[in-house]
Amino acid sequence: MSNKILSVRGLSRIHGEPCPLCIVSTGPEHDTNICPHCGSVVAAHDVSFDLYRGEILGIIGESGSGKSSTVKMLYFDDMPTAGSATFHDGDTQHDMFTLNAAQQRSMRNKRFGMVYQNPHLGLNFQISAGGNIAERLLMSDLKHYGEIRTRAGDLLARTEVSRARMDQNPRTFSGGMQQRVQIAKALATRPPLLFLDEVTTGLDLSVQAAILDLILEIQHELGTAMIVVTHDLGVIRLLAGRTLVMKHGRVIESGLTDQILEDPQHAYTQRLVASAL
Amino acid sequence: MNTHYELPLEDAGYSFGFLDEYAKKEVRRCILKAIAIPGYQTPYASREMPMGRGFGTGGLQLTLSLIGADDTLKVIDQGSDDSVNAVNLRQFVQLTCPGVAVTEKTQEATLIQSRHRIPEKALTEQQILVLQVPYPDALVVVEPSEARRKVMHGEADYSRLLVKLYEDVVRFDEITLSHRYPTRINGHYVIDPSPIPRWDVPRLHQSPALVLLGAGREKKIYAVPPYTVAEPLVFDDIAFRVEDFRDTHGRRIACRCCGSTVSFLDELIDDAGKVTHQCSDSAYCEEQQETISARKQA
Repeated sequence: MSNKILSVRGLSRIHGEPCPLCIVSTGPEHDTNICPHCGSVVAAHDVSFDLYRGEILGIIGESGSGKSSTVKMLYFDDMPTAGSATFHDGDTQHDMFTLNAAQQRSMRNKRFGMVYQNPHLGLNFQISAGGNIAERLLMSDLKHYGEIRTRAGDLLARTEVSRARMDQNPRTFSGGMQQRVQIAKALATRPPLLFLDEVTTGLDLSVQAAILDLILEIQHELGTAMIVVTHDLGVIRLLAGRTLVMKHGRVIESGLTDQILEDPQHAYTQRLVASAL
Repeated sequence: MNTHYELPLEDAGYSFGFLDEYAKKEVRRCILKAIAIPGYQTPYASREMPMGRGFGTGGLQLTLSLIGADDTLKVIDQGSDDSVNAVNLRQFVQLTCPGVAVTEKTQEATLIQSRHRIPEKALTEQQILVLQVPYPDALVVVEPSEARRKVMHGEADYSRLLVKLYEDVVRFDEITLSHRYPTRINGHYVIDPSPIPRWDVPRLHQSPALVLLGAGREKKIYAVPPYTVAEPLVFDDIAFRVEDFRDTHGRRIACRCCGSTVSFLDELIDDAGKVTHQCSDSAYCEEQQETISARKQA
């Protein structure tokens, strides 16, 4: 059995009707991702990487660099215009973008987890925190009320949300707590792969540290592979073993995080590292 | 067109059963489709009826499409044959379907149109029960988009309905839905069984009679065919419960008229604030009373 969990090859997403000049006239060297000929937006082009079991891969870049677009496609929130991705689930391999909609939904509900920057995207604010976790468990065909209660309680306790607040609406929670409930929800089905999209953005520093600690602990405990999208070098430094740097829809640099931070090759990465340190 | 069904033009400008033959044929075709796919909401061309949407136009169109001159019809509303909705619908059918017999006795009817209740008396294979439905889709409470609801039905994805039930149990320690209880038909589609109380849901299960549900405003027909599995949506460890009508001492309340302790009861509060209970199915209650008085005389 290979240790690989996800391999992505040539993933592209162009918004709008593309023209033949879209690819050659956009990118970091042209300093834009909007095609000057047809106005299409090249959100991501030719993104390729491998992810291994239990590994954390960081994707860093500025706003509009295509990092969130990449994760959205992998979580089936968006369809790529080109490229492929293979998900290795145990001994079976799934060519992700050739699955039908029902298979994609089932993979998304049972095998993947997603934590969004905005808790409103990941949580249902009409129901209690426990109900949000119950939703994930019910989607994966667990229909035993007692067990759902126990597991939801355990998950919330694990993510340091007090069990006493389990039946309260997440609207009454602080931002950091909402984010922890989102993590608990994403982990409910014990997915082998977790996507984290700017999870600490907008939280204060001590809460950020607590959330990052939690993510690391979970990775050690469950061996969950993660893709962490962020524009914060500190997050990448703390979490990710390997990193992709994106700009204008292209991967401009990739490699071990230490290497990228200590010896950046691309001019943009150099500026990024210099500005942060 | 079957001229036999036509009323003399002097009397009326419409055919037997108000709807024209083509309209009835279309409704019947949709009924067949609904029976073929148990619980599936079949869209149909719901006609304008000479009464407002919400008065039972969906059920009425089913009744008018199915009824023939040799049928006997019973119409009930909230269990009673004499409430406004039932009386008016019955009159309308009598007006437009000459020769059709009407009855209040469940066992005599071949076609029963009902709102809110399934008659207490067990139905037979010879009978068809037509239910008037205001909201056909059980998923409407969790998903506003019909396109997405259709996908959810197709994939039998009802987890969000269970989340609703979960929230109910968390808050009240029991499932508090009084009516419109989501019910899974034949192991796939979950229906909203119209406003029938929870009490009546188990009676859809393996019912010998064909149950047809029609929503006029929403333009949908669905069916629970005879001898079909109908299971209310529940958790594995929380059993489905029907209303149990117990007083503060835990005794089963009896009907004030016929003394029945096995029927679905309506709660009545008089001017003095005194609470009494009475069978919701008036035909059943009267029959019980007749049996009792016959026994007394004998």
